[in-house]
Amino acid sequence: MPERPANPGGHAPEAVERVPAHGHAAPRGFLRTHVFSVDHKVIGKQYLDLALLAVVIGMVLSWLMRLHLGWPKAAIPGLGALSAGGAPGGVMTPEYYLSLMTMHGTIMVFFVLTTAPFAGFGNFLLPIQVGAEDMAFPRLNMMSFWVTFLAFLVLIAAFFVPEGPPLSGWTAYAPLSAVGRDAGPGQGLGQTLWAASIGIFCIGQLLGSLNFITTTLDLRAKGMSLARMPFSTWAWFTTSIIGLIAFSVLLPACVLLILDRVAGTSFFVPAGLVISDRLQPHAGGSPLLWQHLFWFFGHPEVYIAILPGFGIVSHILPAFTRKPLLGPRVVIACFIAIGFLSYAVWGHHMFVSGMNPFSATLFSVPTLVITIPATIVTLLWIGSVYGARLRLTTAALFCLGFVSVFVSGGISGFFLAQPSIDIYLHATYFVVAHFHFVMGVAAMFGIFAGAYFWFPKIYGRMMNERLGKWHFALTFIGVYCIFMPMHYLGLAGNVRRYSEFTDDYLQPLIPLHRFITIAALFTGAVQLLFFVNLFWSRFRGPRASANPWEATSLEWSTSSPPPVDNFGGRRPVVEHGPNEYGVSGPTGDYLMQAAPESGRPT
Amino acid sequence: MSAPAAAPLAPVSPARTGVWIGIAAIVMSFAAFTSALIVRQGAGPEWQHVRLPPILFANTLVLLVSSATLERSRSRGARVETALPWLYLTLGLGLAFLGGQIAAWRSLAEQGLGLASSANSAFFYLFTAAHGLHLLGGLGGLTYALRRLQRSRDPAARHVLGTAAVYWHFMDGLWLYLLVLLVLRV
Repeated sequence: MPERPANPGGHAPEAVERVPAHGHAAPRGFLRTHVFSVDHKVIGKQYLDLALLAVVIGMVLSWLMRLHLGWPKAAIPGLGALSAGGAPGGVMTPEYYLSLMTMHGTIMVFFVLTTAPFAGFGNFLLPIQVGAEDMAFPRLNMMSFWVTFLAFLVLIAAFFVPEGPPLSGWTAYAPLSAVGRDAGPGQGLGQTLWAASIGIFCIGQLLGSLNFITTTLDLRAKGMSLARMPFSTWAWFTTSIIGLIAFSVLLPACVLLILDRVAGTSFFVPAGLVISDRLQPHAGGSPLLWQHLFWFFGHPEVYIAILPGFGIVSHILPAFTRKPLLGPRVVIACFIAIGFLSYAVWGHHMFVSGMNPFSATLFSVPTLVITIPATIVTLLWIGSVYGARLRLTTAALFCLGFVSVFVSGGISGFFLAQPSIDIYLHATYFVVAHFHFVMGVAAMFGIFAGAYFWFPKIYGRMMNERLGKWHFALTFIGVYCIFMPMHYLGLAGNVRRYSEFTDDYLQPLIPLHRFITIAALFTGAVQLLFFVNLFWSRFRGPRASANPWEATSLEWSTSSPPPVDNFGGRRPVVEHGPNEYGVSGPTGDYLMQAAPESGRPT
Repeated sequence: MSAPAAAPLAPVSPARTGVWIGIAAIVMSFAAFTSALIVRQGAGPEWQHVRLPPILFANTLVLLVSSATLERSRSRGARVETALPWLYLTLGLGLAFLGGQIAAWRSLAEQGLGLASSANSAFFYLFTAAHGLHLLGGLGGLTYALRRLQRSRDPAARHVLGTAAVYWHFMDGLWLYLLVLLVLRV
């Protein structure tokens, strides 16, 4: 993209409010500026960098699993060095496969899909979008990141303990997760580290949610009514409320799990349980209790991962369709409805767990109902694109891709919401396809859209659009090649969580598994385009103007990157909603939120 | 939805909002513990009630009085020199409560009931420990307010004390709830 002049209509004459002396002085010293910073922008970038590190690890783990599924007898170079016990000679044991699966799921769900779209972008942008200098509690904000980072280190440590990482999946179902090493290698110290890591992670995210909610409620600039908040702010705000409730429940659940493991209590382990020929010294606990507590968090967690994506797409699309998003209030109402309903559906993860069949029906109904607000938002996006003269940037492409993969993944959800169908499909690749599309890939596309859109604001330089479009096209094809065939695998009865499909009826499916493996390696390799773009543009990209996309919200009223106090000693006064596209404003076909009232066309 | 726009220098108190949000999170955590108690009681046939140490009721009284002394201190807030003694008393009563809870643990341990001895004793230790940890946060908040009050002419100090008081009274209410739960269920 050619370098743009410093301000192509970016800084419209803008309503500002002079703030006398403010308390947010520029910090001094490398440590205070870049490491232990209380600046929400630095913390947001730290979260994004953590997510980047985590996603590389998570993706390599998925490659290892995929290679093993396609060629179960082949030795993977270097794997033997990572774990001599788990992969003697480079061929992984079934237990080590489960360990990799557990770590892949845990890293991706907690340290990528929660940290990047919510904690990362939210931290950087929410205070700016509401016109605040910083978060309400900057020190707690800093703590939130470092606690999360500690949780990450504790989790990764599980790779290096003698028996390796846990193998009970990212859901850590009791009783196997609660009884210690009798349940398999990695169920000793590895599983304890897992429980500790997730507990610590909860504390970090609770601190973050507390900050998001308070900042949104108390620190909005003059004129920034709730109805004028951008869609992305609404999404982060709703997500933070969901997170506050969800992590408040997962934390006690982790405490109980740790007590069962190290203190010998019996919350989750039933009496008379024999594992590996040993009678477990516990009595009277309820394995279903763990599942209830976990999924009471776990389902809302799905929305913690995807709602920011909803917000990002709703925020970005109008900037490229150049017309207002349809039904802005309906979109926000749908966010809130999803937030409420996300707490009424957790039992749909437990249809095959021995729950009362009547409960299954009870959970099936809200599961179908929650598709309604999601569908409404999707239709509003598609309707907003219809007839628009679309500016087809990389960010816009990823928004459209988000809609595509979200619909593809969402449709399989209608099937799985019915207990009678879920009982057949639950333990198969159909579910793997469903959740990877609807929360994994869709959320990743939201992250990519946000990255290409906000990169100029975060680093003050433009990303390379040509590279970005290649990245989009190849990724889009790649993810469909990976996950679409998995629906077929599931319908053919291909069970998930197995490390090898060498017996009778599964053997004919191996060629398809090899195809998926190749697609996964390809799609992963394509991400190099993104990494190259990210690092090259960070230092060498053309300088970005304040408002390169001609967008309306407050983050585009300040310089790129924003000064330490976000608005350079001023505080914006908000006169308009965020959806003013397709109007004749003083600087083009849009009206910035902080443009003075007189700029409005009559 | 047209909430009044928050003026940047308006007297909104993020700390007060934050404490209420924190309280919401703590309510959820204890709701999770409570549901664990109910499910666990339904799952195990060996449910046997623990004889609660009588000192728990004395502790409850101490905590209730601490809330009263805190209010007494706040009502004297305009004159720091009369407010501080009541605040010291509140802190002392808070510490006495924690000491009393530890004494309750001892008395349970003397009956031979440890954390892992039975489901009931596990919940007893769990509830009291979780509440005690949260109460330590309240003591921290009160101590911080105390230091702010000691500094002469800190106009925000009374707001800080008010915010800490919200949390302290909530800890009081939470303990009453847990006590009822312990008496009825554990």
